[in-house]
Amino acid sequence: MSDDVPALQLLAPDGTFRARGASEEFVPYIEALDDEMLRAFYRDMSLTRAFDIEATNLQRQGEMALWVPSHGQEAAQVGSARAARPQDHLFPSYREHAAAMVRGVDPVDIIRMLRGLTHGGWNPAAHGNFHIYTLVIGSHALHATGYAMGILFDNELRATPARKSTGTKSSTKAVNASDDNEAVIAYFGDGATSQGDVAEAFVFAASYRTPQVFFVQNNHWAISVPVSVQSRTPLYLRGTGYGIPSVQIDGNDVLVSYAVSTKALTAARSGEGPQLIEALTYRMGAHTTSDDPTKYRSHEEHESWAKRDPITRYEKWLRSRGADDAFFAEIAAEAGDLAADIRRRTLALQDPVSDTIFDHVYSEPHPVMSEQKQWLTEYSESFGDAS
Amino acid sequence: MSGATGAGATAARVTELPMAKALNAGLRAAMAADDRVLLMGEDIGPLGGVFRITEGLQAEFGARRVLDTPLAESGIVGTAIGLAMRGFRPVCEIQFDGFIFPGFDQITSQLAKLTARHEGTLTLPIVIRVPYGGHIGAVEHHQESPEAYFAHTPGLRLVSPSTPNDAYWMIQEAIRSNDPVMFFEPKSRYWPKGTVDFDAPAAPLHASRVARAGTDVTLLGHGAMVSVLLQAADVAESEGTSAEVIDLRSLSPIDYQPILDSVHKTGRLVVASEAPGFVSIPSEIAATVTEKAFYSLEAPVLRVTGFDAPFPPARLESTYLPDVDRVLDAVDRALVY
Repeated sequence: MSDDVPALQLLAPDGTFRARGASEEFVPYIEALDDEMLRAFYRDMSLTRAFDIEATNLQRQGEMALWVPSHGQEAAQVGSARAARPQDHLFPSYREHAAAMVRGVDPVDIIRMLRGLTHGGWNPAAHGNFHIYTLVIGSHALHATGYAMGILFDNELRATPARKSTGTKSSTKAVNASDDNEAVIAYFGDGATSQGDVAEAFVFAASYRTPQVFFVQNNHWAISVPVSVQSRTPLYLRGTGYGIPSVQIDGNDVLVSYAVSTKALTAARSGEGPQLIEALTYRMGAHTTSDDPTKYRSHEEHESWAKRDPITRYEKWLRSRGADDAFFAEIAAEAGDLAADIRRRTLALQDPVSDTIFDHVYSEPHPVMSEQKQWLTEYSESFGDAS
Repeated sequence: MSGATGAGATAARVTELPMAKALNAGLRAAMAADDRVLLMGEDIGPLGGVFRITEGLQAEFGARRVLDTPLAESGIVGTAIGLAMRGFRPVCEIQFDGFIFPGFDQITSQLAKLTARHEGTLTLPIVIRVPYGGHIGAVEHHQESPEAYFAHTPGLRLVSPSTPNDAYWMIQEAIRSNDPVMFFEPKSRYWPKGTVDFDAPAAPLHASRVARAGTDVTLLGHGAMVSVLLQAADVAESEGTSAEVIDLRSLSPIDYQPILDSVHKTGRLVVASEAPGFVSIPSEIAATVTEKAFYSLEAPVLRVTGFDAPFPPARLESTYLPDVDRVLDAVDRALVY
């Protein structure tokens, strides 16, 4: 699988910019970016890499039950998340640390989940509309699709006289101001494409013509099972079969990820219905810290992808455009500070209180929660201070 | 409270309706009261659902308020979750009890847990309507009682009306709940008429209710079982036994106080349901009543349930399902102690 050549690419693995064939139409998306944004892509990827390495180390040192490495997939995530507008909603699986950081999630909130302090970690509404991780593979593709259906219905409701409402949502945005329209990204991997929920999400999205982008990170491995077991066709062709315009990109090229995602999101928010992007990338680390990739894949394959590293190639390109040692040293220092800060704050995390077991199971009073919470309190107190 | 709009401003405020029409009126009232309420399901638009519960609602509210969805139960529940995240209040119709299982994962792993996963920053006001139970002579997967699977799942609320009046009010209360509610409709009771009082103050959604007062034995059940219990109480009375009948109404949480009050009085409890009895709602009630009213009990709590076997072909359903005679048999056994 490592020899596949993605259809769309702007930045070759050696760091040269070369748009050919179908990729040419995406050059203007990059030309529209200023140096500040182009350097932000590098910063996003580098900080995520540093976070990921530090979190892996923390897990190895016993500070987390599990870590889910993102190493190698930074370009696919940063390009797509940077293409999203502030009003957009992003529904991740559980490896989207780079997209999370782009949207303003505190990395320590991700650690809190994997350390066993919470099943969630953040309020999406207060963190760039970046939804919490979903661990059941593909389930969130339907939530993303339902949310996108809601955007569509709201746009239509705004165009018709209002009826009585609980008033949970209101907006004065014009329906046709497409830049302001909302869109959704659903992130999932190659393994998830075998799940029924993803297939049903494709059906619903195509049926209702929802404003959303399915962003498939094909990292070639679902734990130990290669993508060839999930599909005998390139995954983006699955989307085409559902009537969803679909493309395949080099997922280790942050520029093409940004440009193609921007185009797809624009189409989605302009009423052209759902879009699908398959980003060919590679999970350089384990699926999680619980497995050993050397048991199921070859050193040669790993090395072939190391040569296509998204950050290395992007650094070469930025240098060719004038970024100097001082810039890269500054980012490296920031990444080091971030890692140290994450370590310090992780070690300072407090365990949750036992009320957490009962609170928020229901949003309205519930007699069983009240009774069992009360019982646990009295039981705990029965041991006295000496316990 | 705006549910009274279902009868129309000048219509009689009390009327006789079958449960199917009462549900239709309740849904209409809820949709008129709040334009965030959406109905979604299979064949619920022009057809009005296979049981016609949503008849006329798409014509009245439009195709964006009454959605004929693709034929995919996980997709229905999963997209309802996304719509609720957006601020809608989806009401999903599962066509038949036995077809809920393709949506089981979204209900139990996602819907039931997402509020807790969000530490209370997200509420999911979703109602899942499930026509359930036997007595209609249908083919496999169309006569089941899957309530216990969902009662076992924290984060869900479960209710089941037994009368047209409760159906009218409880569906509106379920839609107003900010927690997910599984709404089990006893499909064999869709057609018999009952009195619907459009002005009556609704009983709380999760209250159980004494349907008939008595002194010698307490009969407890929900949905279609309640009418069987009332018939059994009539027969028992003719034989000199005074049976109190309690309509459970809410399966999760269970409103125990009326049940315990009754058991303190009668000392005998028979719990009935159409579902298999193993690890069932009657089993749970039997255990809890034994813990909480041990010294009031004159006899073991007895269960009258479907057999612990798959729902049989329809020609055998009257043998499989608890009927008046099996309830009376349990009453006799309870009275022996």
